[in-house]
Amino acid sequence: MSRIKTTFDQLKQQGKKALVPYITAGDPHPDLTVKLLHAMVANGADMIELGVPFSDPMADGPVIQRASERALVHHVGLSRVLEMVREFRQQDNVTPIILMGYANPVEAMGQEKFSDRAQVAGVDGVLTVDYPPEECKEFTALLQARGIDPIFLLSPTTEPARVEVIVNQASGFVYYVSLKGVTGAKNLDIEEVAQKVAEIRTLTDLPVGVGFGVRDAATATAVAAIGDAVVVGSRMVQAVEQSNDQNLVDNVAALMKELRIAVDAA
Amino acid sequence: MQLYDMPDDRGHFGPYGGIFVAETLVEALEELRVMYERFRHDPEFLAEFAHDLKYFVGRPSPIYYAKRWSERVGGARIYLKREDLNHTGAHKVNNTVGQALLAKRMGKPRVIAETGAGQHGVATATIAARMGLECVVYMGSEDVKRQAPNVYRMKLLGATVVPVESGSKTLKDALNEAMRDWVTNISNTFYIIGTVAGPHPYPMMVRDFQAVIGVEAKQQMQEMIGRQPDAVVACVGGGSNAMGIFYPYINEENVRLIGVEAAGLGLATGKHAAPLTANSSVGVLHGNRTYLMQDEDGQIIETHSISAGLDYPGVGPEHAWLKDSKRAEYVAITDDEAMAAFHSLCRTEGIIPALESSHALAYAEKMAATMSPDQVILVNLSGRGDKDINTVAGLSGITL
Ligand SMILES: Cc1ncc(COP(=O)(O)O)c(C=O)c1O
Repeated sequence: MSRIKTTFDQLKQQGKKALVPYITAGDPHPDLTVKLLHAMVANGADMIELGVPFSDPMADGPVIQRASERALVHHVGLSRVLEMVREFRQQDNVTPIILMGYANPVEAMGQEKFSDRAQVAGVDGVLTVDYPPEECKEFTALLQARGIDPIFLLSPTTEPARVEVIVNQASGFVYYVSLKGVTGAKNLDIEEVAQKVAEIRTLTDLPVGVGFGVRDAATATAVAAIGDAVVVGSRMVQAVEQSNDQNLVDNVAALMKELRIAVDAA
Repeated sequence: MQLYDMPDDRGHFGPYGGIFVAETLVEALEELRVMYERFRHDPEFLAEFAHDLKYFVGRPSPIYYAKRWSERVGGARIYLKREDLNHTGAHKVNNTVGQALLAKRMGKPRVIAETGAGQHGVATATIAARMGLECVVYMGSEDVKRQAPNVYRMKLLGATVVPVESGSKTLKDALNEAMRDWVTNISNTFYIIGTVAGPHPYPMMVRDFQAVIGVEAKQQMQEMIGRQPDAVVACVGGGSNAMGIFYPYINEENVRLIGVEAAGLGLATGKHAAPLTANSSVGVLHGNRTYLMQDEDGQIIETHSISAGLDYPGVGPEHAWLKDSKRAEYVAITDDEAMAAFHSLCRTEGIIPALESSHALAYAEKMAATMSPDQVILVNLSGRGDKDINTVAGLSGITL
């Protein structure tokens, strides 16, 4: 059974929601990424979304764009990210890792080679932002044959008929984008999220993660009351950006603790 | 030959094209696809488009026989399709007229655009002013510096120009930023893409709006020389002026179609913008699958061309298909060769061509020399060079 399913099952038994932080691999420096991953787990992360740096992050706001740029200064590409996951797995064999990135690095490596290497490294899920389900049927099959969950986005504008198509191709969980816009935008409407997530639940039994606009403890609590997982991206990356090499791990750990309390308060 | 019928209903040209976007954009593209399907054959829409092209743009653009230049080159006769004579000075306006009419029909009060050289930005600002639409143009901050006169033109026309500071601060980043604006403001905004790139239906729609160039050319050549040319030559940035003139010729097997990319400082230097000619690998960027200039990690690399309008790391997916299917040929011309052709046309014909178009001229010149005077080359003169005089002067050490 995949680590993602195991994690959701366990959390459900405990009556808890999943806290899923996002950071960009290689930001601020490739030597620090694995350390940050462990620190997030130690302070309350249930799963981790690890961003693969890309030169043209079309769906991201300025905060995550800058994270990509910082990582690219050190030439952190998909191969390097997979190495980081493998290193992480040497000490942690339970926390699911979901790679989040864009199609082109996968295309450059080759979908099959990537799938093989991701399996060996210990990746659990792959969210490729600009691979809508219609354009990645083969890739989905390659991943699932290796026990890796293809994660897909659902947006406020996704019609119910399309939600059905997407959930049929997805496994692990589905990721509801809680606002119209790019990552880190500020116009999250909790009531709309609640309504849409309820609608999604009538169409699938997969857990529903919610993210793109969770920026503080209050929104984390509100979103945790609705979804099965709360994804926190730009706020995490901001903590990375605002730290120096000395206080980086402490700052990220502190934010993680705060968000854990917020999610558990739902 | 089987009649050409591309793309399929999800925008695929063979393995290229498609709809590679985040889920947040899927519904907006579907709405656009449905509306465009409805209007592309609608007589009223087409009549309004034709009317605006005639009375606002000044179409049909003439074809001109560059006699003195042809004779100087020696060899084939070279004819020029004068897109430089359009209102705003390039072919770009054909497409903005079409998309703005669609925006109006879709009830969108706000249009956005990306621009590199500023020609598409100016064409969008122009049509927005005429139709009373709010207009925001994204432009890489490097290009804002390089193309100051066009930035000011856009402002005069009432548009807001937003300098883009991310990535390489050029055209590709402007396109990223326009996409980000679009997902955020989907309900009231129409995104007018300036070339045959982006997700479906853009490559098809922009081609269709630009096809007026080739449709006119076929009729004009028939009238002027009683037949079609032996070759049609056009420069390729994203590829819209080339698709516009190629498309009506695709089923005319005897007409060679030649796309000219920017070889910059030379293909061997890596500093160019010629993904087709250099046989770059295939990947996904800006919503479609195509040939892309990229490194081994799949990061998009910076391009180089003396002409900002050709400075793009990808190419429209239909060109990728035409290359693979061998229906069109792709070649590249260096900065220096383009400059030589630029000066040559200025001096022999009294026409100042855009630096983009100068790439097509340079290749036509090379090719004509190997052909005979009873053969004919038709070059798409996609724009005029007024916008480039600062660049050209700078190369001669002159500050205007
Ligand atoms: C005059 C002119 N020609 C050609 C181009 C290149 O674009 P495309 O390849 O889409 O025709 C541009 C772009 O700015 C242009 O201004």
